[in-house]
Amino acid sequence: MKRILLLAWTLTACAFAHAQLSAAAPWVRATVPGQSATGAFMQLRSTESVKVVGARSPVAGVVQIHEMKMQGGVMDMHAIKELPVAPGTLVTLEPGGYHVMLMDLKKQMREGDQIPITLVVETADRKRRDVLIVAPVRSLAEGAHAR
Amino acid sequence: MQGERRRLLLGLLALGAVAGCEGGPAAPEAKHKFNSGDISGGAWQADFRLPDVGGHVRTLADFFGKVVVVFFGFTQCPDVCPTTLLRYKNVMRMLDGDGDRLQVIFITIDPERDTPSVLKEYIANFDSRFMGLRGTLEETATTAAAFHVFYEKVAGPTPTSYTTNHSTFGYAFDKGGHARLLIPHNLEAGQVADDLRYLIES
Repeated sequence: MKRILLLAWTLTACAFAHAQLSAAAPWVRATVPGQSATGAFMQLRSTESVKVVGARSPVAGVVQIHEMKMQGGVMDMHAIKELPVAPGTLVTLEPGGYHVMLMDLKKQMREGDQIPITLVVETADRKRRDVLIVAPVRSLAEGAHAR
Repeated sequence: MQGERRRLLLGLLALGAVAGCEGGPAAPEAKHKFNSGDISGGAWQADFRLPDVGGHVRTLADFFGKVVVVFFGFTQCPDVCPTTLLRYKNVMRMLDGDGDRLQVIFITIDPERDTPSVLKEYIANFDSRFMGLRGTLEETATTAAAFHVFYEKVAGPTPTSYTTNHSTFGYAFDKGGHARLLIPHNLEAGQVADDLRYLIES
């Protein structure tokens, strides 16, 4: 009996550890040869309250979560320490808002390439884990809203 | 830097105030209602003198007879700059044949990373008729100041991973090289196309 309870507890713990953050429709903006930075976009959902506290990718030396704001016609882009994702909400990373900034690129991002990006996610109990995303590269001239 | 920013923003506000003026005795013709800010009337004028990606030095006078749109950005920008270029690509499509009477000019505010070849390839992804201009750091600063464009580097964790905050307005000049419109970043392509079509046809 004790054993079954332990097993059940372990299964529940596993379920909790995995039912967290998911990223839908990820994509990376293509680059031209010599270009050293670009952005990745996606839609984040989570079954519990989490924060994205970091990111990394084998294709870039520096990966940050950036927020873009327009202030009096001036584009202000800066790195943020954490991006909260509350359960039941959709956090959209798209042009005009948040993006994963890929800098010091090690190669050109060509349309159709599949780019691995790891998001570092922190749960309410301060435990961190990695969420791997594979994002296809889309045209440089891609827009969330084709203005 | 903060003071500098304030000064430039004030300049931009002054430009906005000009744009907000309705009618006035200096208005040369019956006022057309533009979607963009109307800065017609000669209160503000600017020019550039910068090399294109082929090394030819360009000024506004090179484009007399065409409507010219000038805006500033950098190719390492994942967000506003490609969105703006995409908008002008759509504007060109909407203008159809009239697109040849419009010259879109992108001036980089990041000449260190935007080499001529990067700039050329980047812009060609949108429309090969668009022109990229790239000066030295000093020329870039002079040109940006003339256009009341604010920009500043935001340092990253490595020397090459900085980003650049900057003004996002576009400036339209008529076929005679007179400053006419201050185009905000959030207008739809159709609204911009309507404004530019009016300038092309008038």
